[in-house]
Amino acid sequence: MSNTELSNEETKLSHATLPRGAQWLVGIAAIALGGLALVLGVSIVGAVVIGVLAFLIGYPVWALLVENKRSATDKLVTGLVWTAFGVAVIPLIWLVYMVFARGAATINPEFLTYSMRSVTGDEQGGLYHALMGTLIVTGIAALISIPIGIMTAIYLIEYGKGNRLAKAITFLVDVMTGIPSIVAGLFAFALFTLLVGPGTRFGFGGGVALSLLMIPTVVRSTEEMLKLVPDDLREAAYALGVPKWRTITRMVLPTAIGGIVTGVVLAISRVIGETAPLLVASGFNPNMNTSAFDDSPMMTVPVFIYTQLSEATQKGVEYAWGGALVLFILVMVLNLIARIVGTIFAPKTGR
Amino acid sequence: MSIQVKDASIFYGDFKAVEDVSMSIKPKSVTAFIGPSGCGKSTFLRTLNRMHEVIPGAYVEGKIQIAGQDIYGPNVDPVAVRRKVGMVFQRPNPFPTMSIYDNVLAGNKLNSKRIKKPEADAIVEKALRGANLWNEVKDRLGKPGMGLSGGQQQRLCIARAIAVQPEVLLMDEPCSALDPISTAAIEDLIHELKSDYTIVIVTHNMQQAARVSDDTGFFNLKAAGQPGHLVEFNPTKQMFTNPDNPDTEAYISGRFG
Repeated sequence: MSNTELSNEETKLSHATLPRGAQWLVGIAAIALGGLALVLGVSIVGAVVIGVLAFLIGYPVWALLVENKRSATDKLVTGLVWTAFGVAVIPLIWLVYMVFARGAATINPEFLTYSMRSVTGDEQGGLYHALMGTLIVTGIAALISIPIGIMTAIYLIEYGKGNRLAKAITFLVDVMTGIPSIVAGLFAFALFTLLVGPGTRFGFGGGVALSLLMIPTVVRSTEEMLKLVPDDLREAAYALGVPKWRTITRMVLPTAIGGIVTGVVLAISRVIGETAPLLVASGFNPNMNTSAFDDSPMMTVPVFIYTQLSEATQKGVEYAWGGALVLFILVMVLNLIARIVGTIFAPKTGR
Repeated sequence: MSIQVKDASIFYGDFKAVEDVSMSIKPKSVTAFIGPSGCGKSTFLRTLNRMHEVIPGAYVEGKIQIAGQDIYGPNVDPVAVRRKVGMVFQRPNPFPTMSIYDNVLAGNKLNSKRIKKPEADAIVEKALRGANLWNEVKDRLGKPGMGLSGGQQQRLCIARAIAVQPEVLLMDEPCSALDPISTAAIEDLIHELKSDYTIVIVTHNMQQAARVSDDTGFFNLKAAGQPGHLVEFNPTKQMFTNPDNPDTEAYISGRFG
């Protein structure tokens, strides 16, 4: 292309642009506008909305005047995406902040090691019994769900391959995913009322209720991971004279183990905070109870939070926040473990 | 071991993929299958170690004998057949969780066979030397097999296949994902392996068939949707100079397919 052609208006490749740092200028102006609104008596939420709207309108309009339509659209959509991001993340950060700010003061050695046995008035109590209960109940749920879930997934992927039974199982798993959690609790409660006696509330019942919620998650995530193992590898193993069951146990599962463990841990952290089913199936107990099979209720952290909050005393509210923080940290640790395990077991491609 | 095939037809459910193939594959020779895509040569290759059974609904009619034994006989264990008839696939597929060393021993490891360390070392070295890979990887046997180049991975897969000491080695377009240099390496290897194994190779590359094979089978389709069939099976020299069938000549000279 010659220079004369480039100077032609229609083939020009450059156009006027906004000054550098234009977005900061608009941003400062928007903040100033929001601040002005605040001074004039608008509420803080209103002021923030005014500021964001000012930016979302002002920046694209300026771009439209100076640059062109495409660049204005770009700036508008970029602004909208960031706004959506903020709307999604701000409540999350706020929640984390609130749990830490309100709960941290309650956490002390006594709170973590005392139960609520014979605690009255302003005496120091704790959630040790609830913490142990949560670990036991969730442990039982995991012990039931992990083998059943993984073996179901193995059947669906390795043996079922879309036959009628596999389709039926997939459908039922999907239905189970949608069970309201309190229904799972009612089921476990009714089951043990029939098996043991009326009004049976105990740790194992809570575990069974949670496992109903956990199994579909484990099946789904394991299925996805097994699907990711290429058929090439299965065929390679068969071609070496390896029977199918050994191919599954020694090649397919080790290849997918990172993802499976991650899925399992995430499933555990999903059910560890369940309240409704435990309220029904596992019950309340201010005392320490470490026996899941005794016919006596077992306290769990979510139920502890619920009971303390319904006390509606100063101390009760504090304990509820403390319990929330403990539960939060528990879930966070589990997620962290899932991440670490995922990276440790991931197939290595390094040179 | 020689392979005798008589009137073999291969089905996927109701669909007949390959029709009435008969041939006789000589022991310790290289036999190549050529033909247009979809003519059933890979399908036929996979029936030689019962690998096509992995696909639900697939079955074979007719007789396939290896060293005089019908591999589709009533009491035959497909796993036992596959231990005698190894296979190398189109795309290199080393096991991603395993090191180079473990990949070579995969046949033993996956079957939980216990072998002593010196014996295992000997098997690995022999197989890797056999696959012309030893010098390139001997200093990094503990590294993941996935870290090798495509051509090295394919030779690793060949080492893995010969480490279980099969009698027959099936190769399903082993070079189609490789560059010319790696292809040449694999072809040289095929020449060397011929002295120990009966090799059957499917290839899209007719020069390759001409270079490596003793006998060649040409598969073709009568029309789309029709089952594939064996048009001609003859010594490679005759096939490429003076074929019996005019279709073979047309295909080899590039007039169709």
